[in-house]
Amino acid sequence: MALVILGWFNIYAAVYDETVSQSIWDLSLNSGRQLIFIAASLVIIMGIIIIDMRFYEAFAYVAFGIILFLLVLVPFIGKEVGGNKAWIGIGSFGVQPSEFAKFITALAVAKMIGSVGFKMDNFRNQLMLFGLIALPMALILLQKDTGTALVFTSFVFLFFREGMSPFLMIVGICAAFIFILTLLIPNQLYLHAGILVGLVLLIILGKKKLKRITVLTVGAIIIMGVIESVDYVITDVLKPHQQNRIKALINPDADPLGYGWNVTQSKIAIGSGGFFGKGFLKGTQTKFDFVPEQSTDFIFCTIGEEWGWFGSFVVVTLFMALLLRVVFIAERQKSRFARAYGYGVVSIFFFHFAINIGMTIGLFPVIGIPLPFFSYGGSALWGFTILLFILLKLDAHRGQVLQRL
Amino acid sequence: MNEGRKEILQIIFILTGLVFLVKLFSIQVLDNKYAELADSNAILREVEYPFRGLIYDRNNKLIVYNTPEFDINVIRKDIKDFDSAKFCAVFQMSREELRKKFNEMRARKEYSPYKPTLFIDRLSNAEFARVQDHLDDFPGLYVQARTTRSYTTKALANALGYVSEISKGQLERDPSGIYKQGDYIGQSGIEAYYEEQLRGKRGVKFKLRNVKGIEKGSFKEGAYDTLSVPGKDLVSSIDIDLQQYGEFLMAGKSGSIVAIEPSSGEILTLVSGPSYDPNLLTGRNYSSNFVQISNDTLKPLFTRPLMAQYRPGSIFKIAQAMTALQEGVITPETRIRCDRSIIGCHGAHSNEDLRGAIENSCNPYFHGVLRRMLNKGVSNDPYEDTRIGLDEWNKHIRSFGFGGSLGVDLPNEKGGLIPNSAYYDRAYNNRPWKFSNIYSLAIGEGENLVVPIQMANFAAIVANRGFYYRPHLIKAIGDEGALEKYKEKQFTTIDPAYFEVAVDAMQKVVESGTGQYRAKLQDIIVCGKTGTVQNDPLPDHSVFIAFAPKDNPKIAVSVYVEDAGQGARAAASIASLIIERYLLGETKRPHIERYVLDGKFL
Repeated sequence: MALVILGWFNIYAAVYDETVSQSIWDLSLNSGRQLIFIAASLVIIMGIIIIDMRFYEAFAYVAFGIILFLLVLVPFIGKEVGGNKAWIGIGSFGVQPSEFAKFITALAVAKMIGSVGFKMDNFRNQLMLFGLIALPMALILLQKDTGTALVFTSFVFLFFREGMSPFLMIVGICAAFIFILTLLIPNQLYLHAGILVGLVLLIILGKKKLKRITVLTVGAIIIMGVIESVDYVITDVLKPHQQNRIKALINPDADPLGYGWNVTQSKIAIGSGGFFGKGFLKGTQTKFDFVPEQSTDFIFCTIGEEWGWFGSFVVVTLFMALLLRVVFIAERQKSRFARAYGYGVVSIFFFHFAINIGMTIGLFPVIGIPLPFFSYGGSALWGFTILLFILLKLDAHRGQVLQRL
Repeated sequence: MNEGRKEILQIIFILTGLVFLVKLFSIQVLDNKYAELADSNAILREVEYPFRGLIYDRNNKLIVYNTPEFDINVIRKDIKDFDSAKFCAVFQMSREELRKKFNEMRARKEYSPYKPTLFIDRLSNAEFARVQDHLDDFPGLYVQARTTRSYTTKALANALGYVSEISKGQLERDPSGIYKQGDYIGQSGIEAYYEEQLRGKRGVKFKLRNVKGIEKGSFKEGAYDTLSVPGKDLVSSIDIDLQQYGEFLMAGKSGSIVAIEPSSGEILTLVSGPSYDPNLLTGRNYSSNFVQISNDTLKPLFTRPLMAQYRPGSIFKIAQAMTALQEGVITPETRIRCDRSIIGCHGAHSNEDLRGAIENSCNPYFHGVLRRMLNKGVSNDPYEDTRIGLDEWNKHIRSFGFGGSLGVDLPNEKGGLIPNSAYYDRAYNNRPWKFSNIYSLAIGEGENLVVPIQMANFAAIVANRGFYYRPHLIKAIGDEGALEKYKEKQFTTIDPAYFEVAVDAMQKVVESGTGQYRAKLQDIIVCGKTGTVQNDPLPDHSVFIAFAPKDNPKIAVSVYVEDAGQGARAAASIASLIIERYLLGETKRPHIERYVLDGKFL
């Protein structure tokens, strides 16, 4: 709740224009509208609490079906905002089905994991799980909203917790690591040599079983393949603006006025905040539009600039507390459905938090996803609210699970 | 099997948070770079360009002033629905030119689609008026006003010089740090010499702006702002009407006219032929015009009155005479036979005294005079004797302002050459030399080199009977007078009494000598001396120096016309016309003016 109110003030700060003395309540401003969204989300919370907890588990697949249907519709009836066609217009407001797809998918995934006879190490079950998240992902990708689609990859944290072999997560992280390493080290020969040396060391030091050696060798060959594919992926698969975002991450100063603009300006805004910041509404960088999307994806710049490191510290700490609190809540659930759902919530929040703040300070490539509870936008706020409060509802009734059984 | 996984996830979360906090700490608290960048982003240091000082002539007629000109800047990101056909029509350019402009803009180092970048530069007032109403149709175009130089007449281009954008080299050499890229600076002439006085002081306003450069109020209520101080106005000693008349006479000829007010050293006219229209070196077509003018084979940018070094010819005989009188080797009554065996002569005369020798420009007489000066018998060694004599001679001649620059207030003044013994040692590679090797000095030929302004200054010295003020073009800077160095009298090493001889002789030259046909004026006593300088294989140069009136002289003139034959023709005519125009305000001898304009002197 604290996050929501802080977010509201910051959106006001981000769009505040000194020349017209506008009120924070002004409905024509993002801050005013965000207030409406906040009010609406309160209604939603009430609704969530009133609805019987069993509803969520029971209707998870139905909701999943509906949201898939909406996602399919979006490319046809949606309106275009910022190059992405992700919105369904209702009057002057639009909603983004993809924002709601997150919690619904979390529910569906949790239900599948919680279903009787589901085993994480069963290959068929794994396939079904990935199918479950791949469907909305694919549909959202069709809307060209890569950022939101990527959010669904965060479910690997959930799978990891629920017993899936860490192999996937590790391979994923390794692949990303190698990908970036390849970009940083111009001569790929060094990388290949390094992998071969590592392979030989592992074979010599470990147990000399044939199976192990085979696995290691195949792994090494795959990694080398990844390295070779980097250039191809960069130049042929990614769209130019995505290529540039990765280039900007590697070397933000290469073109500070062109594709490096967002990250450069964002870092300038945050970096100019100092320890205590410039004060509420005193930020020059965010207020004067140097930072693009300053009330949505780059909202953290406003915090960094106006509240300094101290404000950033508070925000980061609040998020850490939230994440750890949700983990704690998830762990005390008695049903597997509720626990899995809890981890789904954590995964999504973590992904948003990490990627969003990471990109504003130049640690991750620019991926357009909002900072939970801070960024301006109704769908996102409601999506996160629902996501969190379903868990709270489940938590409130965790005792009933036993009774039911 | 799932034990510990909760902890792993928790550790990942906490690590991520810590990494963020550390990174944030480093860019927010430890690194000042970003704060500075933010200031340069949002605080616009808006320079208020001062007005460059105006330049007036000696009668307070405006010569140089400022007119606005306009740059069109573009913010690429703001361009919407660009109608290139309409743009081409409004700005009167072809599609190829437009494409070239865009490419040029993108190639600029400072180019950014988010910031204003120079697109079209230096639109004149008239051009801007034409496009102004249409600018609203092209979002993303922004106008930046500044000023450029304008000239009331086409005259005086060489002396005024021109103003243009500071070059990279100049910027690197500039120790003051006052100039920034894109600033204008005086490049030659008065504009360069008085740059410091003319440029004024820039004002600075610190303004807050948003990403489009749109102002959002002043920074800290203008606490750090300073006002711009306009440059000082200059009053030139030039009489712009006389200058225009001089250029009118000089049309189609190469050479120079210099007129000086003897009593002050103020330059009244400084004509360099051929010249150019100063308006060509302002505004939008500066670059192409500059290339054209600087590639002209007649070198219009070469300021002949200060930079062309010529042999002086017979006008030098007056300096010889003064030096010889001072050294006591002759008296005004000394007669020397016109022996034409060593050196040729002209006209019917045989045995003149000093005045007659000057009037008839007798070559053998001055050959004899120089011999007496250089070989006084101080040493028994004829070589050593010449060396001593030559160095004494050199000292006197240099005191007339020859052989070194006069300190005129224009850049690149040349000094000419008056040889001394060291010079001939070098020239002869330390082999012996004596009078018979160097006697052409006597009649202003040989190794002597003089620039036209020194000749005019010499005429002023005779007019003043023995002293001069350094010639200068600017008589007042703002509320102050000329520079201090122009207020000091410079004396020659010659006794003023001897100059009466020169004055009498020069009066004779115009009354009854070589100058009688074209330099004589009805009511004014003009004193002058012709010179005809050898210039094989081309025709001789025509030279004339004069001052008038004889008593209390108001004007001293030197005229040098290249390849125009005898001094009595082109140069004498022009000099007398200038004197007539300056003293009487009109030309009473239209036939002489026609003769000059026709230009058939040979």
